Amino acid sequence: MSYKKTINVALIGNPNTGKTSLFNELTGLNQKVGNYPGVTVDKKEGKSKLQSNLKAIITDLPGTYSINPTSLDETIVLKTLLNSKTDKTPDVIVVVADVENLKRNLLLFSQIKDLEIPTVLAINMVDQMKRKGISIDVNLLKKELSNEVVLLSVRKNPKIGVEEVKKAIVKSYNSAKASPLCNVNNRIDPAYFDRLKEINPKYSIYELWLMITQNSFPDKISEDEKKALLTFKNDSKNLKKYQHKETIYRYQKINEILKKTYLTDRSKATDLRAKLDKIFTHKIFGYILFFTLLLLIFQSIFDWATLPMDFIDTQFANLSSYVNKTMSAGVLNNLISEGIIPGVGGIIIFIPQIAILFLFVSLLEETGYMSRVVFLMDKIMRRFGMSGKSVIPLISGTACAIPAVMATRNISGWKERLITILVTPFTTCSARLPVYAIIIALIIPDKKIFGILNLQGLTLLSLYILGFTTAIIAAVILHKTLKIKNTSFFVVEMPDYKLPSLKNVFFDVIEKTKAFVFGAGKIILSISIVLWFLASNGPQSYADVEKNIKEKTISQKISEVKLNQMIASAKLENSYIGIMGKSIEPLIKPLGYDWKIGIALISSFAAREVFVGTLATIYSVESDDDDITTIKQRMGSEINPETNTKRFNFPVGMSLLVFYAFAMQCMATLAIVKRETKSWKWPLIQFVGMGVLAYICSFIVFQTLS
Amino acid sequence: MTTIASLHIGELAYISEESLNEIPLKLLEMGCLPGAEVKLIQLAPLNDPLYICVNGSHLAIRKETASKIQIIKAQ
Repeated sequence: MSYKKTINVALIGNPNTGKTSLFNELTGLNQKVGNYPGVTVDKKEGKSKLQSNLKAIITDLPGTYSINPTSLDETIVLKTLLNSKTDKTPDVIVVVADVENLKRNLLLFSQIKDLEIPTVLAINMVDQMKRKGISIDVNLLKKELSNEVVLLSVRKNPKIGVEEVKKAIVKSYNSAKASPLCNVNNRIDPAYFDRLKEINPKYSIYELWLMITQNSFPDKISEDEKKALLTFKNDSKNLKKYQHKETIYRYQKINEILKKTYLTDRSKATDLRAKLDKIFTHKIFGYILFFTLLLLIFQSIFDWATLPMDFIDTQFANLSSYVNKTMSAGVLNNLISEGIIPGVGGIIIFIPQIAILFLFVSLLEETGYMSRVVFLMDKIMRRFGMSGKSVIPLISGTACAIPAVMATRNISGWKERLITILVTPFTTCSARLPVYAIIIALIIPDKKIFGILNLQGLTLLSLYILGFTTAIIAAVILHKTLKIKNTSFFVVEMPDYKLPSLKNVFFDVIEKTKAFVFGAGKIILSISIVLWFLASNGPQSYADVEKNIKEKTISQKISEVKLNQMIASAKLENSYIGIMGKSIEPLIKPLGYDWKIGIALISSFAAREVFVGTLATIYSVESDDDDITTIKQRMGSEINPETNTKRFNFPVGMSLLVFYAFAMQCMATLAIVKRETKSWKWPLIQFVGMGVLAYICSFIVFQTLS
Repeated sequence: MTTIASLHIGELAYISEESLNEIPLKLLEMGCLPGAEVKLIQLAPLNDPLYICVNGSHLAIRKETASKIQIIKAQ
């Protein structure tokens, strides 16, 4: 071939085989995350140059043990494979295998091979062979599998291995038609499979078999063809038995091949895994270690994120005032300086906390430790209707509920996954912190008890505990009330411990942070703009505000700054959002709030932290929105005209804390929950349930304290 | 009935042919086949889940599943 050409290559493999490392090496920074049409799973794609005249688009398919799917992630693999022979599907498949578990990895390989797509078997982590006492006869293995086989060690020696893989892809692409490895049909019930083939000769027997066993069909298949296959399926009595037989036959075949080509000498193996597992999965030390680790992680998030967050905060405030001063005054100026810039700033500010948390989560996953946490926590979490795998989303929820909800995808039981999704927003996310910080500063004295414990810090800690406890209680209630049968069962691979690859961690953190910025970002930004519009426009009375105030104060001596503040405050009061705040006042009065707090509550639907900025505008605080001390002083001196006491007294403050702990005030999370559960029912239940709980609890708190 | 759930930590056994239809397909695909060697590595508190090594695969499964898979203990 002399002309330039691009082919499609898909990477498939069991989890923990270094598939993603290979993907990162093949594509480098040349990768992007997209979506598979119609489903929510992210599609990772990148470009790679195979030869001077041949390029490849590489797709990293989700890790799977078999092409028979049990979770959402795995469904993608089957879908991609069944839609072969269209222009978007793989020309070559690279099956990435781990040398230690070659037998199990070959099961997936044998299934792919039977689809008759050109395949490359890349056996990874061969640097471990000596330590594990493994030896492989590669040439014989190639012959036995009649397939390209590459030994590589992506982590130890990326350059060499990757070049070999590229060569093998080209070779496989140019070679004759791929042949199946196991003619499963002949081994189980030839007559049955012949009848299956008769129904639709367009597809191979194995493809048809996958369609009827997995209920998954190519996009191109017609309704009649589908119907015929489904009828055949319903007439088959032994479907499940045949599937078992198929798997056993595959393993027999694999064992035959490996007997000749793969040797392990256990006496040569040194087992670090066993030693580490004794500590990490210990019935007591295992938990102590896990909770200490959690504490350290949270501590570091607070320590490390403050500096970049303050920096971002100042930069956006500067940018906003710069634009305001330099652009000619008008609506566009206001939209940019008061709507868009603070809106974008409100998204960017969370990046440090989110990135740092995901750095830790990714490190723990890369090392193999996370599977041990799943093992330790499964029984406990099951009491609450969740799974051991729910721990990761719940931890992630302390940064942001959006990536946390997405992290539930590998939970295979639908009920366990749904409960995890529904309760995750109770964990204290980073958007609640600015709200908690200012209210705590107002109502809790900065004193120490017992000489060491700071009262304010203790209150914050209690709010975190409140969030987690509520999540657990809500889970128990959902577990008892939801009538959903858990169909899928639980199995977790406990991978070998290894040093994390910094490259993989880096790409993982980038990917998850992007998911937040672009997933939540769009919604936060658009709501910010809507709120800006509602706050800077109003009915007739709004237009007259400036004139009225100027007339009223003409005889008084007030500085221009003070006058402008009064105008801004009065404008907000007469704007659409001010009217909304006033109209909900009767509803929120029993919780101790006035219409001003009402406005702040409404604007919190963009993101909770907007609460602080909104109150700053209402109380017309001088200078930029986020000068905490000034807002705090101003809030502290606000008087409730009915009682002549401080507005933000202890009962109101506590009531607000409880409200923010429970209420579902994040539109972006609701949108993600809708996407992940594929219906509006669950986000609606979440919104109403959490809202009612917040209202009742705040009511009780306020009424008992005051 | 002797099942994986009745193993002690460190104990070896072989999966019995009889339980073929009781083993979920997914577990079968991960190497938990009749005749395969199985070893109990660790138990979580309350003996659930179980951390086993079967056919070279290190897996954690719940007691509920483990108690359906019959074994023949190694002598």
